[in-house]
Amino acid sequence: MLAYIIRRLMIMVPTLLGVTVIVFLMLHATPGDPAELLLGERATEKALHEVREHLGLNEPLHVQYGLFLKRLMKGDLGETIWTRQKVWTEVKQRFPATIELALVALFISCFAGMILGIISATKQYSIFDYVSMLGALAGVSMPIFWLGLVFMLIFSLNLGWLPLSGRLSIGVDLEIVTNFYILDAIITRNWPAFKDAVWHIIMPAVTLSTIPTAIVARMTRSAMLDVLRQDYIKTAKAKGLSHLKVIFKHALRNAMIPVVTTIGLQFGVLLGGAILTETIFAWPGVGKWMYDAVMQRDYMVIQGGTLFIAALFVVINLCVDLMYAIINPRISVQ
Amino acid sequence: MSTASNPYDRHPIFDQLGQLWRNKTAIIGLVIISGFILVAILAPVLSPHDPVETSLYDQLKPPVWHETGTWKNILGTDELGRDTLSRIIYGARVSLTVAIVSVGIAFTLGTLLGCISGYYKGFWDSLIMRIMDMILAFPYLLLAIVVVAYLGPSLQNAMMAIGITYVPRFARIVRGSVLEECEKDYVMAARAVGAPDWRIIFIGILPNCLGPLIVQTTLSMASAILDAAALSFLGLGAQPPTPEWGGMIARSRALILRASWVMTFPGIAILLAVLGFNLLGDGLRDALDPRLRD
Repeated sequence: MLAYIIRRLMIMVPTLLGVTVIVFLMLHATPGDPAELLLGERATEKALHEVREHLGLNEPLHVQYGLFLKRLMKGDLGETIWTRQKVWTEVKQRFPATIELALVALFISCFAGMILGIISATKQYSIFDYVSMLGALAGVSMPIFWLGLVFMLIFSLNLGWLPLSGRLSIGVDLEIVTNFYILDAIITRNWPAFKDAVWHIIMPAVTLSTIPTAIVARMTRSAMLDVLRQDYIKTAKAKGLSHLKVIFKHALRNAMIPVVTTIGLQFGVLLGGAILTETIFAWPGVGKWMYDAVMQRDYMVIQGGTLFIAALFVVINLCVDLMYAIINPRISVQ
Repeated sequence: MSTASNPYDRHPIFDQLGQLWRNKTAIIGLVIISGFILVAILAPVLSPHDPVETSLYDQLKPPVWHETGTWKNILGTDELGRDTLSRIIYGARVSLTVAIVSVGIAFTLGTLLGCISGYYKGFWDSLIMRIMDMILAFPYLLLAIVVVAYLGPSLQNAMMAIGITYVPRFARIVRGSVLEECEKDYVMAARAVGAPDWRIIFIGILPNCLGPLIVQTTLSMASAILDAAALSFLGLGAQPPTPEWGGMIARSRALILRASWVMTFPGIAILLAVLGFNLLGDGLRDALDPRLRD
């Protein structure tokens, strides 16, 4: 197992380096002067000169990349163009919001997706099966930015059940500890804020979870169907175990292996979808920040945000692989 | 005797595709896609109005079943008085183009890279697959957004960006199939008689890898339509006044309370088109590539 972890960590290094190469090259492959791109059109000649000096833009490309990596090692992602803040500070401030949203969405999709999948598999070819699988197919075909707007229209504007956007209502006080609002509210025992934060996260999280829920439901169904056909399930039934026990204790455990992989793969969907969801619901996370940066052509933010999200994604994938190896010991032996 | 009558000359894919007719989901998907293609081709005939023509007098008209709706604008109009139905009909052209062009880029590049990787193995294989891993290290949509952010927002750049991000899917599938095929005797035989590499790859091996490739192409078209709509929604794809479904939804955001229909119909159009390709892709997967069944 240890050897496997070390091997996986070794593979992660070139991937992370590759990410930095792509992000680095993008700026330089773009037509125009990188310094001007970074500072905006209205930058003074002096400022441009300073940036060229600081980033070493007059050096050959490979030297520039070396300098870029060196700055990265120090956690220096540069400054934002418009607000002159450290990009890294801004990322740190915003990423709890994104993670909070992604985790709640992931929880919803695991829970709802697996339940739908299990019921569909145990009642194959029933009305429930058809409807939920059709729903799942519609779920993967859904433009989530549109679904989010439809939710807003129905549940917020027409019915008034849920808040329209943001993370907290104006006037609700919350002492920030971790920047995960729900967690902060629990830590400080601030129950009105807790309720408000939960109320705010429901709509964006459900929107973001649409595609993963559908994928998990489909995967769970087919994995369960595969397992339910096997002989040991017949044995379990024959020896008189209850229906629920057969399904949850015997079948689900083996069906879980492909499902866990699928769930792990959904992080990419969640992180990418966060840009759309956060933009619609004015959720102050990394995704919305990136969107604003794209609109304002703040390439420092785009660069920093991309690096951060991609690095996070690589690390999450590694964790998923390791978890997978724990669930399925055959993997680490290979 | 003509060669066509020899059953062994027929590519097995035809028999597998024959099974498609028994697959209900695939048929429904095929019907939706055919309708979608027909609408795109016949757009000038079908659409009641010019999709970019604005009209000061017809701003934000509701659809026909609404109390104040008229048959002149069946699905209502947007804030500039443009006919929603006509814009959706012309939008089919844009989405279909996006699907074909971006998946075309991914298919061509991916197949080529996958072939080189699987056939020559060794250094080129490692190099190509590491580059594919790098692309896959970015969460879906992020890379496309970033590429367009740098290149400048336009439909062309959006198609290119989506194409690039889809290359690894194709490269991996082709590589796997080519690796498998290379072990077989016919490849050995072709090499022994001195056939050039390109001939072995493109005429010998590639036709045997078609099944999974067709499935991937269909499913990729579904996600390409979805991603292009998302990019346009973010203002990074088709630029106004191009009638594009994602862009239509973006502009209707401000009108969500006053005129929800402006937003509703383009969304349904996207959903239907994507659903069509997904249904067909699922059906094809069952028919052509049982191993891939999820």
